[in-house]
Amino acid sequence: MYRYDEFDRTFVLERIAEFRDQVQRRLSGELTEDQFKPLRLMNGVYLQLHAYMLRIAIPYGTLSSAQLRVLAQIARDHDRGYGHFTTRQNLQFNWIALKDVPEILEKLASVEMHAIQTSGNCIRNVTADHFAGAAADEIADPRPYAEMLRQWSSLHPEFTFLPRKFKVAVTGAPHDRAAIKVHDIGLQLTRDDEGRLGFVVHVGGGQGRTPMIAETIRDFLPEEDLLAYCEAILRVYNLDGRRDNKYKARIKILVHETGAAEFAAAVEAEFAALKGETAPLPPDEVARIAAYFAPPAFAAMPARSEAFDRALHDDPAFARFAARNVHPHKVPGHAIVTVSLKPVGTPPGDATAAQMEAVADIAERYSFGEIRVSHEQNLVLPHVRRDDLPAVFAALSQAELATPNAGLVTDIISCPGLDYCALATARSIPVAERLTERFADLDRQHAIGDLKIKISGCINACGHHHVGHIGILGLERNGEEFYQITLGGSGDESCAIGEIVGKGFSSAEIVDAVETVIDTYLGLRNAPQETFLTAYRRVGEAPFREALYAAAQ
Amino acid sequence: MPLYRDGGFVEDDWLFPPDDAPLPASGKVAVSKARFSAERDTLLARSEAIGVVLEAGDRLDDIAADLSRLALIAIRFPKFGDGRPYSLARLLRDRHGFRSELRATGDVLRDQIVPMLRAGFDALEPSHPGTIAALHEKRIVAVSHHYQPAAAGVSEKAPDRHPWRRISVALP
Repeated sequence: MYRYDEFDRTFVLERIAEFRDQVQRRLSGELTEDQFKPLRLMNGVYLQLHAYMLRIAIPYGTLSSAQLRVLAQIARDHDRGYGHFTTRQNLQFNWIALKDVPEILEKLASVEMHAIQTSGNCIRNVTADHFAGAAADEIADPRPYAEMLRQWSSLHPEFTFLPRKFKVAVTGAPHDRAAIKVHDIGLQLTRDDEGRLGFVVHVGGGQGRTPMIAETIRDFLPEEDLLAYCEAILRVYNLDGRRDNKYKARIKILVHETGAAEFAAAVEAEFAALKGETAPLPPDEVARIAAYFAPPAFAAMPARSEAFDRALHDDPAFARFAARNVHPHKVPGHAIVTVSLKPVGTPPGDATAAQMEAVADIAERYSFGEIRVSHEQNLVLPHVRRDDLPAVFAALSQAELATPNAGLVTDIISCPGLDYCALATARSIPVAERLTERFADLDRQHAIGDLKIKISGCINACGHHHVGHIGILGLERNGEEFYQITLGGSGDESCAIGEIVGKGFSSAEIVDAVETVIDTYLGLRNAPQETFLTAYRRVGEAPFREALYAAAQ
Repeated sequence: MPLYRDGGFVEDDWLFPPDDAPLPASGKVAVSKARFSAERDTLLARSEAIGVVLEAGDRLDDIAADLSRLALIAIRFPKFGDGRPYSLARLLRDRHGFRSELRATGDVLRDQIVPMLRAGFDALEPSHPGTIAALHEKRIVAVSHHYQPAAAGVSEKAPDRHPWRRISVALP
């Protein structure tokens, strides 16, 4: 993991002092709420429906046990005993008193954490593959680059007042677990013919009310040009991006309205001029940052584990967990474990203080003290010995964190929705909870197989419904909530925006409607191995539309 | 409007005639980019210094060749959240080698002073009373450790050998 040095520490402490001054000016009345708003947003403080919300940055979703324990302590001391992990690998506390924020920031700083740029029209927390450094299919670890981007973008003097927010995601594997094509910049590590590391650069993806898949503007960007090229993209966007309409201000609109080729040419021209003017990325600096992310001291283990095989044979509950929540690791004899924050009937992504502490303890004992937050709102233990998997399963079960549903129908992404959010038009968490209750039967979930349901409570799409295999969008008409279903979306390397299947459903109807879609899929799939998405791509939306609306006609 | 430069408030000796008013017979004058383009030869023929006032959406291409003859460029922030002037400042300093006064006008607020100075502005023309008072009383609380080099010409020290780290000496 990256470790702060004196410079990093001082930077964060100075930022806290600056924010404390801003909070004092707000509390004293020197600043109006309107004047204070952009200042608090720059430090992750939102005013929600009922209280202030504080969003804490978890850079590229990597946490240590010590950090997670402090988050648990903050949940106890300043919130209602829990926190909410978000689709941007961050953590939100929903019940915070403004006057407490500087103190919370100091507690965070004690474990090298902060809330800088978790909101505002700036470069947001950089996200990455949650299996980074562990995945069997990885070309290179994306986290050193995410960390360099984090540092470079922190309080950047030129790019702090962009037309709109700006999100960067980095992945080091061909299978995209970081949804890079729905980010403002999506970086994909690759090697050229000579084996040099570099990036495929995608720009202009995004969700929100105008979902778009990113355009590829560079097939190979050498590693050393990373910052200069990002600077060129940001400068073109800062100068040319629309500022007349908040809903047309994201870079995706600029790329779309300019045309990808012309936009790419503008970036290349700026990049050519910038080289030599801007901060270089010399190999020794890359090596210095990369050293922080060196693999932990893995023991040499045989690929097969007898303890694992025995548990698989003896314990059906473990077998079910292993089938869904255990993933291949690059080092023989090791595995990656998904810690599900999606038990039946609870808000997706919520974790209690006790659960955070349990994960911190388990990670310390079995995963080199390292935890990841996934954009799918789960936690991950990246480096577990296969021999230890039965013990990890038992410990997670005790903390109610072993639901064997990773990637299944109840592993739902949901935004906070109308229960918390001032922008929401409908509730989303209760829909997620009811869906998990409807599909609670684990045999049924496993029979359905891979299926991503994503729920947003308004068109801003924080719940990623556009890229859900089944997407649910909560809207409001005449004071009534209703829910639109989209089908066929995908956030990975086969990125696609879901298609609206027909008119919406009432809150009372939506769970039945989703069940109808799933039953239709089960009836038409070629084989149990044909996933929902594959089947949908084969047959299109007609059979689903028919099943959903035939009765009404 | 109070003018803040080099760590204190100073007398502003520049004149800013509106586009539809005649040029004053003498004195340092700064005009809009449109007027500069229209009356370029007359302006450059004056014996005293000339400046140009840019709006956030203006581009530099059509004045780039004349930059060395300008003693002032002022860029107006229509509102503090409009970040285009930061990029214009960087381009002026880093790409075009502009070394004369670069002044931030319009919605200049205390919480943006550090990025303004780091982007290459060296003079500020705040109208916000709280900002003016805070500058007078040296009550600006800001971050002095940075992860990017500032614009060319801004004096900051590198604390170590890492290429992007800089420390502001102090807020002027």
